[in-house]
Amino acid sequence: MGINNTPDIPEDFPGKVIPGGNGANILVTSLDEIINWGRANSLWSLYFGTSCCAIEMMQTGAARHDYSRFGFEVARPSPRQADLIIIAGTIVNKMAPVLRRLYDQMAEPKYVIAMGACAISGGPFYYNSYSVVKGADHVIPVDVYVPGCPPRPEALLEGMLMLQAKIKTESMKAKVFPIDGFDEGL
Amino acid sequence: MDTTTIKNNFRSEEYQINMGPQHPATHGVLRLLLTIDGEIIKRVEPDLGYIHRSIEKMCERDSYQQIVHLTDRMDYLSSHINNEAVCLTVENALQLEIPERVKVIRTIIGELTRIASHTLWWGVMGMDVGALTTYFYGFRDRELINDIFEETCGARLTMNYNIPGGLMFDIHPNFVKRTKEFIAHFKTKLPEYDLLLTGNIIFQKRMEGIGILSKEDAISFGASGPVGRASGYSCDVRKHHSYSAYDKVTFNEVLKTEGDTFARYQVRILEMWESLSIIEQLIDNIPEGEFFAKTNTVIKLTEGEYYQKVETARGELGVYIVSTGTKNPYRMKFRSPGFSNLSLLNHIAVGGKIGDLVATMATLDLVIPDIDR
Repeated sequence: MGINNTPDIPEDFPGKVIPGGNGANILVTSLDEIINWGRANSLWSLYFGTSCCAIEMMQTGAARHDYSRFGFEVARPSPRQADLIIIAGTIVNKMAPVLRRLYDQMAEPKYVIAMGACAISGGPFYYNSYSVVKGADHVIPVDVYVPGCPPRPEALLEGMLMLQAKIKTESMKAKVFPIDGFDEGL
Repeated sequence: MDTTTIKNNFRSEEYQINMGPQHPATHGVLRLLLTIDGEIIKRVEPDLGYIHRSIEKMCERDSYQQIVHLTDRMDYLSSHINNEAVCLTVENALQLEIPERVKVIRTIIGELTRIASHTLWWGVMGMDVGALTTYFYGFRDRELINDIFEETCGARLTMNYNIPGGLMFDIHPNFVKRTKEFIAHFKTKLPEYDLLLTGNIIFQKRMEGIGILSKEDAISFGASGPVGRASGYSCDVRKHHSYSAYDKVTFNEVLKTEGDTFARYQVRILEMWESLSIIEQLIDNIPEGEFFAKTNTVIKLTEGEYYQKVETARGELGVYIVSTGTKNPYRMKFRSPGFSNLSLLNHIAVGGKIGDLVATMATLDLVIPDIDR
């Protein structure tokens, strides 16, 4: 998002215009803080569980661990309403295009957590398996990796808190879209 | 225009929609191709393979000890029972004498697994038909079983506690105490389940009379587990082909004759009571002794074919091994309960509404990685 240093100001513009440069940057950074605070604490996740990790993800959402304490509880079945995919389970060759399509359907900003060994690297199916994608980051860009087979709910919670910490460092001025150049391997 | 004019002027036509692979009610990544007319289902075509992880092929490269951990990831809700199935097959092939202690512990943990699976099913099924509270109740009680598993096996879900020949390690000193506490706790909670959902008139109206499966169809489709038993088909492997310590306990095979979704629901609720009674009979009488029988480090089965079936939370799981005398199986085949239970979905869902299909699928209790393997 670029900032025009010399905006065209109409003659009859009411009020005072702060010139670009330092003054405007102060406004954007303060806005960043507010926006990031809002984004980080209201992450809506997509229902996306392919295998065993989905059960631990459900446990994280249920009575004992209760991720709604951190603002994650609104799980959405539609990618158009979600901000976050938690890849809970193995991604196989037939599922990979579907995962990519779901990711593309989500609105920016969007984040991805790879939960469990299968989503990170193929896990137990790394060797000798002809159908497993060896890591979901071959398909879509991943923000946080949560190891385990399956990870404990506490581990998933920590991964989610790390994602929140990552979101809080974002700035509107230097916004990076993780999908840009992803297919070219950049 | 009145309805007859509309009917005369416009023709209705069938069309196809996808349900899944990304759909919360398919419990994973099953894709159903529905041919519908209005909202009436004309045909259900399952499209499998979205979580096919080539487990059977991988088994051909692994030793018999390594195979066990792959079976955890098939039907992850009854992981212990899957492990047990492979171990029993190998043990029978080796003609090993398994200590009584192992048999009893396996049975107790197997029944705990069944309760854990059914509580999860109960919670998720309630959520599918629109009762979100059940989700929290079911998972609350499931956590207590996970604690027991974690203490004894070191893992909450994929336990990998069995090895060919016995158990990985002995039970934790707290195991008996914790299990008794759980039984006492769960006996007060199960009636609560009934109060919350079973007796609810809205729920009953929703579930009764849909997805009806007759006994003949249950047999010809190879239905097993609670699905078969809700249609009056006596198919409990624990009863008819007893393994481990099931011959030492007395329990009823829960049978219903209605064959609709509500009957399948009731069978699972009653099965939890039976599981509690099985654990109660065994928990005070765990025999002393070794927790494993000595096997060779490299297990080689003599040439031949071996088959063993067990009753998982979903039904009959068969393990079929073809051995050529080497340390790996030549061919490994799993007869998974979910696959045959899925095959009858088209039969029982046709003629119903899409909403009924969700309720019907919920009571079939499918685990997709078990079907795709």
